[in-house]
Amino acid sequence: MLSYVLKRLAQLVVVAFIISVLVFLLVHLLPGDPTSIILGGNDTAANRQILLHQLGLNTPIYHQYWIWLIHALHGNLGQSYLTRETVGHVIASGFPIDVELIIISQVVAFAVAIPVALITARRPNRPLDNIATTGTFGLLALPPFLIAPILVAIFAVGLHWFPATGYVPFSQNPATNLHDMILPGLALTAGSIAVYYRLLRSDLIMTLQEDFITMARSKGLSDRRIMMRQAFRPSTFSLLAVAGVNIGALLAGTFIVEYLFAMPGLGYSIVQAVQQRDYLIVQGIALVVAIAYVVLQFIIDFLFTVVDPRVTRE
Amino acid sequence: MSARRAGRPADRTLEFPDVTDLADPLLVVNDLHTSFRTGRGTVHAVDGVSLTVGRGKTLGIVGESGSGKTVLARSIMGLLPTRDVIRSGTVLFAGHEMTTMAPAQLRQVWGAQMSMIFQDPMTALNPVVRIGRQITDSLRLHLRLDRREAHTTAVELLRSVGIPSPEERARWYPFQLSGGMRQRVMIAIALACAPRLVLADEPTTGLDVSVQAQILDLLEAMQSERHMAVVLVTHDLGVVAKRADEIAVMYAGRIVERAPTRTLFAHTHMPYTRALMDSIPRLANPSGTRLQAIAGRPPDLIHPPKGCRFAPRCPYAQDKCRESDPPLRTAASSDHVFACWFPLVDRMPADGSAKSSASAVDYEAPSS
Repeated sequence: MLSYVLKRLAQLVVVAFIISVLVFLLVHLLPGDPTSIILGGNDTAANRQILLHQLGLNTPIYHQYWIWLIHALHGNLGQSYLTRETVGHVIASGFPIDVELIIISQVVAFAVAIPVALITARRPNRPLDNIATTGTFGLLALPPFLIAPILVAIFAVGLHWFPATGYVPFSQNPATNLHDMILPGLALTAGSIAVYYRLLRSDLIMTLQEDFITMARSKGLSDRRIMMRQAFRPSTFSLLAVAGVNIGALLAGTFIVEYLFAMPGLGYSIVQAVQQRDYLIVQGIALVVAIAYVVLQFIIDFLFTVVDPRVTRE
Repeated sequence: MSARRAGRPADRTLEFPDVTDLADPLLVVNDLHTSFRTGRGTVHAVDGVSLTVGRGKTLGIVGESGSGKTVLARSIMGLLPTRDVIRSGTVLFAGHEMTTMAPAQLRQVWGAQMSMIFQDPMTALNPVVRIGRQITDSLRLHLRLDRREAHTTAVELLRSVGIPSPEERARWYPFQLSGGMRQRVMIAIALACAPRLVLADEPTTGLDVSVQAQILDLLEAMQSERHMAVVLVTHDLGVVAKRADEIAVMYAGRIVERAPTRTLFAHTHMPYTRALMDSIPRLANPSGTRLQAIAGRPPDLIHPPKGCRFAPRCPYAQDKCRESDPPLRTAASSDHVFACWFPLVDRMPADGSAKSSASAVDYEAPSS
């Protein structure tokens, strides 16, 4: 178990290193020379040499990487060309929004998908199952940019339960923050509910065909107990794998919802930065998102060891 | 007698008083039919089976793959799904009619009074549940033991089925055990609540030959220790030859011959039974003796052939066999029944003894 975790941790470090190199090279792949932009009219050979020396750009590239990495590890990823805001600040204020949106949407998705699947998988192709399956098919067909305006129209404009837009940091006012997050969270959750429900339902139906379920019945266990304590866990393997990919896609993939609800999350910031060619912001966000993705997969791998004992022992 | 207590479906808890009269049979199956509705038509997997199992006795059910043995065992227990399955007939178990029981009542019987050992220990144990819990599940449910007592009992059970260091093994998962060990665990699960009847469905088929005899011996030892009845379902007549009190031979969903083991071997009536006997390797035969295979395949159970179902494969079949279905008749001794128009004993009397003199003693489990 421990050796498995350590192995995964080592892999995580290697992948993080590769990501950092690629992200670092991102800026070097850009066309143009920063010195000519900075020098403008004073672009002489001598001035350029001085500037290259000042910026450290005359040293070998691995040395530049090293300097950049040390700064990055201290949280210094440079600053925006346009607003002079530090990249660190953009991330620190935007990342929690993404994380919060993802947590809300995923908690809701699992809270809906798991019980519904546990109920309907017991009697597949009966009315209840058909309703749930058709319903989730509909959810799957509705993209967030369609659901978000509908939610706003009903719950913000119509019922005035939630604000249509706006964001207050959690540290300022947790209650308002959560209240504001509910609609965007729900807008993101629909697709996840549909995917998780359908996957878990079909895996449960397959598991219920297994010999060990007949065996459990022959012991006299009730259907409910068999569902919860025998069938559920072995049916969650692909759910877990897909949840990992799905949540990964939501990292900085929440742009549309953040845009619609005017929330300055990372998804929103990175699209804005790309449009304005604010490369250091793009670089910083790409680094954070990539690392977050790797950490997420590490957590998923760890959860695999929890649900399936064969992963670490075989 | 417990039989008098049947017919009270309103009872929430079933009673299983200890019975001292051993003549009172534990299980009486009468004219059991089980069919499956499929896209191609209705499969008559079990087609009018009647049998009786005495308390503490062993009944062997023998037949080829597809003869309906497994479906029969599961129908007796009532374990088959209700959808697209049609079942008729009666199953009287310790005085209780199983076929009309409510699910909640069946669950009082399952695991507690009647349990099943499955064929494949690789797939019949839950891969993500520790062995200990797979045993304690039914102990806690039926015997109302608390967590600690159940664990202690489970460890004792594992010890009794020959699992070394059972305290440690109870925390293991099935994939950490060998096939033979898993089948021992399965026996421990089936026997946990000391049931009166164990249905063992091909309990050794998935195992190495060297382990088969060990498992059968274990089952036999547990049986005599606990005085439980066993229905041993197998395709291998050799497996039941020395272990069963009575043998029922199944073909195409029906019992074609049933007799006490010794009688069956000494006075085989049905050519199919003879064919099964000839397909077992025997130590007495000189090496190099070819085993007799049964030509052809079991019939289609959607459209079974007219007449005797074995007729298309029977070397002795005559026109009458292909025309009309032989009923189950009683042989010389009243406990021997068979379904054949031209039983082997009529065809070759005393002098045909070279073939029919085979006795149960000649047949050994494959490993011995």
